[in-house]
Amino acid sequence: MSMEDMIVIKGLVKRFGDKTAVNGLDLVIHRGELFGFLGPNGAGKTTTLRCVSTLTGFDEGTITVNGHDITKEPEAAKGSMGVIQQQVSLDKDLTIRENMISHAMYHNMGKKERNERISELSDFFGLGEYLDKPVDSLSGGWKKRAAIVCAMLHRPQVLFLDEPTSGLDINARRLLWDVIKSLHRDGTTIILTTHYIEEAESLCDRVGIIDKGRIIALDIPKNLCEKVGSIAVETIENGKTTYKYFKSRDEASAFAASLKGNVTIRDTNLEDVFVELTGKSVGAQT
Amino acid sequence: MSNLLVDAYHVAWGDMMFMKHNFWNILVMSIMSPLLYLIAFGYGLRTGQTDIGVSYVAFVIPGIAALSSLSSSFGSTATRMNVQRLYYKSFDEMMMCPLSLSSIVIGKCMLGLTRGLISCLLIYALGLFLASDLALTPLVVLCIVISCITFSLLGMAAALLSKSHQSMATLNSLIILPMTFLCGTFFSVSSLNPVFQAVLYCLPLTHASETIRAAALPDYLEFPWISLAVLIAFGAAFFALNLYLLKTRKV
Repeated sequence: MSMEDMIVIKGLVKRFGDKTAVNGLDLVIHRGELFGFLGPNGAGKTTTLRCVSTLTGFDEGTITVNGHDITKEPEAAKGSMGVIQQQVSLDKDLTIRENMISHAMYHNMGKKERNERISELSDFFGLGEYLDKPVDSLSGGWKKRAAIVCAMLHRPQVLFLDEPTSGLDINARRLLWDVIKSLHRDGTTIILTTHYIEEAESLCDRVGIIDKGRIIALDIPKNLCEKVGSIAVETIENGKTTYKYFKSRDEASAFAASLKGNVTIRDTNLEDVFVELTGKSVGAQT
Repeated sequence: MSNLLVDAYHVAWGDMMFMKHNFWNILVMSIMSPLLYLIAFGYGLRTGQTDIGVSYVAFVIPGIAALSSLSSSFGSTATRMNVQRLYYKSFDEMMMCPLSLSSIVIGKCMLGLTRGLISCLLIYALGLFLASDLALTPLVVLCIVISCITFSLLGMAAALLSKSHQSMATLNSLIILPMTFLCGTFFSVSSLNPVFQAVLYCLPLTHASETIRAAALPDYLEFPWISLAVLIAFGAAFFALNLYLLKTRKV
């Protein structure tokens, strides 16, 4: 393992009874990288994230986070992590501020430091006026913002974001994108699972596509698109859309000229890569 | 050691805030059932002297205190953890933080300990007015504290093992309810046949009842040090079970 590697996963296997959710997954995520995990529902993204974030045990393999084996030195590994789960996981019997204080205390932050940090992040996310309200008095989007603040309070070196923008309105989503970009610029390693392809495309340094518990493609978005063919020809005929991919625009144009119907020539995007490799649309069940 | 206790305090802080928000509600709930037991069993069903020479009220109050330690400590820890784990998912958040498993177990049983103590001490304080034979000694307090810790740890194990509210209710019906009525809270276990006695001595509430009662009536009963040791052993076993459940993530 090199100093440049923030997360090293080797031969990860996680079974739920007869079902193998993660099947011998190998992955290295570099320090400071913004890594995107794409895959159909049930492909193993969230399970992998739960294993890495120590929330779920696993059957085989090893996981190292920031140089610490998570089974041998779980506390040291957890100290460098922040996790934003798919489902908002705030304690609904407490206020937003109490949730934040509680979270900061779990990370052993002193009173002064945690109050400053809560104030700083709450202002940034526009949560100030809601801090002393009970969790359930807030809408889903605001609860999500509060959960994000909780995960970021202790300045984690590696941040796991499991579909962080699902359920957020466009303003909150853009705000979070800005936060992600800013954390990335500051050197935080970020692992993101998402159903929004444009999110992965615009934010991620590298993308891993996971299907049936294995990584089936791993590269920077541009290279992944080139592997499929960087130019896509999209044809709509009799209400059905078909796609064909080419290495150059000339090849694509020549092919398009031979077609009838509604034809579009465009750059290949990650959604094309995803569908081509998994045979499923984003959000489909594996 | 100090880190362990500081972390345990951090774990317990949220539960203490929960208690602060619901203080009056908790206070009423804490006293209601022991009071009803006292009225129904202490005054309604039986009056007069017992075999050991004290009034039945003096005999039954330590038993009700033991019972309160079970119901309050077990119930409050189990219910809150069950909700945090299965519905709020806030327990997951805590599990992803750099806290030792021992500090999580200690911290999460503090709510049950506190509520159990409130409940026991309220009923015991009432008992001191009603029955002059009862003594308030450090040993009484010690036995109550150990009993509350033991049942709070049992509540945590129940919450970690249950997969839903329904399984929690089943566990209550199969373990807690029989203990409530059979473990020497309202009668002396020694009055039963030996086989039944042997079964009841396998349950922690029997030892909680016997120790609290003997500590409360020092002029009438010899203190059962073996029962105190068994109660502590139950507590240690529940602590170890919780550690195992958290460590193996079989939860």
